[in-house]
Amino acid sequence: MNWVNAVFHGILLGGLYALLATGLSLMFGVMRIINLAHGAIALLGAYMAFLLVEHAHISTYLALLPVLPGALVVGYVLQRTMLERSLRAGELVPLLTTFGLLIVIGNLLQYFFSSDVHSLPSGRIGTASWRVSSHFTVPWFDALILGVAIAVLGGLQLLLRRTQMGRELRATAADPDTAELLGVDARRVYAWATAIAVATAALAGAFYAMRSAFDPFSGATELIYAFEAVVIGGLGSLWGTLLGGIVLGVAQTVSAQIDVQYFALGGHVVFLAVLILRTALQAGGLRMLPRGASV
Amino acid sequence: MSAIAAPQPRGRVERWTAVSVSFTAGLAALIGLLAFAPLVLGENSLSNLIQLYFLVILAIMWNALAGYGGLVSVGQQAFIGIGAYGVVFLSVQHSLNPYLAMLLATLIGAAISIPLAAIMLWLRGGAFAIGMWVVAEVFAILVSLDASLGGGTGTSAVLAFNLRYTPDQRLRYTYWAALGTAAVLLVVLFVLLRSRLGASLQAIRDDEDAARSVGVRVLLGKGVLFVLAGAGCTAAGTVILAWQLSILPLGPDSIFGVNWSAKMIFMVLVGGLGTFEGPILGAVVLYLLQTYGPQNGVWYFTLLGGIAIAVALFLPRGLWGAVRDRYTLQLLPVGYRLRR
Repeated sequence: MNWVNAVFHGILLGGLYALLATGLSLMFGVMRIINLAHGAIALLGAYMAFLLVEHAHISTYLALLPVLPGALVVGYVLQRTMLERSLRAGELVPLLTTFGLLIVIGNLLQYFFSSDVHSLPSGRIGTASWRVSSHFTVPWFDALILGVAIAVLGGLQLLLRRTQMGRELRATAADPDTAELLGVDARRVYAWATAIAVATAALAGAFYAMRSAFDPFSGATELIYAFEAVVIGGLGSLWGTLLGGIVLGVAQTVSAQIDVQYFALGGHVVFLAVLILRTALQAGGLRMLPRGASV
Repeated sequence: MSAIAAPQPRGRVERWTAVSVSFTAGLAALIGLLAFAPLVLGENSLSNLIQLYFLVILAIMWNALAGYGGLVSVGQQAFIGIGAYGVVFLSVQHSLNPYLAMLLATLIGAAISIPLAAIMLWLRGGAFAIGMWVVAEVFAILVSLDASLGGGTGTSAVLAFNLRYTPDQRLRYTYWAALGTAAVLLVVLFVLLRSRLGASLQAIRDDEDAARSVGVRVLLGKGVLFVLAGAGCTAAGTVILAWQLSILPLGPDSIFGVNWSAKMIFMVLVGGLGTFEGPILGAVVLYLLQTYGPQNGVWYFTLLGGIAIAVALFLPRGLWGAVRDRYTLQLLPVGYRLRR
């Protein structure tokens, strides 16, 4: 029963990783860049919520009301100032600049907030759980995060499929030059994609910080988990991201069931195993994975 | 009778120029001269020079990977950690001579990099970058779970060195090991880039798909660079251990920490990505910044990251690239020049 419980908790945890990975996946899908500062930005969102909680004495959920629109603005500005220029400069430059940003954000957070470990209050729902049997419990908070992740992914899917902005996003992702010929302002589209990505990152960062303690360098862990979820699920595919998050979450909780120290290691091992498997399939000439899954 | 005469080739292709011959000879003489530094310099200067040498090693190795292979890695600290912990494992636990252990650990690092190359080189761009970071994390966790290597609280090789050498001897031998490693790696890279493989590597750097289409064996070229950079960073890790003696496995500032990547990227970007001379210049700049810049770690790394962003955006060819574009200067000739 403990193992069933571990698997179930892993599935719920997968929601958090999917939420973390959404922005990374979206930016890769639209611009073909991997934002190395994604985790640091998620953490920045958590710290902004932390500031509001500490000084305005409001709940974390209420603090998200100003933080999320703020994140949209930050994302838009980030794209128009730094990333747009990086994109024009070649394939490697976005990696170098977003890595620089990751280092800058981590160290500035350490300066302003010290390297102390903090956590965000998660309210009554944070500790409540539904006891099915003596070995099997459903923590409400993890279920909430999974629900939010599904809602965000579904909302994004709707946005991409049904709205004018979504059509422009997909057109630009497919071929920016042709989209521009047809009157789409690719730079504006890219800026919106980054804005949405940063907002989902901030949301995920806040949930991450409510669930576990964080410090100025937790962004690295968040980036790595998000990236692993994206790669396991297939780069650039939104629902694949949810599946990848769940696989990662289950790998971690099941490993932790063996020994708590193996939590992160278990996820890394599954990630590397997926890479090796994919390599073996490609080397064997088999292309069983859909096109969107290739990295 | 043809009215148009075939254009006569008026240019002359040359590799060695008077400037580059004298500079290469000068650099060789400088390395020879630096070998005698322990006879005249004091403890502090030697320690500072060791630091400069391992920064040079890290910079040229990261540049080999990114500048010539187009592979941006934010996980080369995996090899730094393997080198440092390899020396601890061999010299503390198995009582080997620490300098022999440094050599063996470097070979171990090279051996580990071969299967890693087979897995990681399928990844491109950002996927390779973070994939390498995951690899570094895996090694860090494995080491921190091993109680015999000190677990999460780190370990030290003080005993292994002190059993055999006085602190003064340790400093001098480490100095020679560091200088020797840097010199060997510079020569290896120089020879490699001038070889047939070097030409194909530069083709990969400029356009991977085009290079593949004209028959360049892209994966082989990248594999050679990956193993060279793996071995080089491992060697740097062994020098770092011999220099600082105590190491930690976890956290951004540890031996497996991501701050090493920040330093490597800074040196290569500031010096000039994809130039042979640039990273050496970048290492000198970082060394000066470490010595005379902000002593507070937070501002130091903020400055490092900020400068790296600015250089990547506004001076993409770095300091050396800018100088070379202006004066068409090549001091260590790995390319060819057309001269009228």
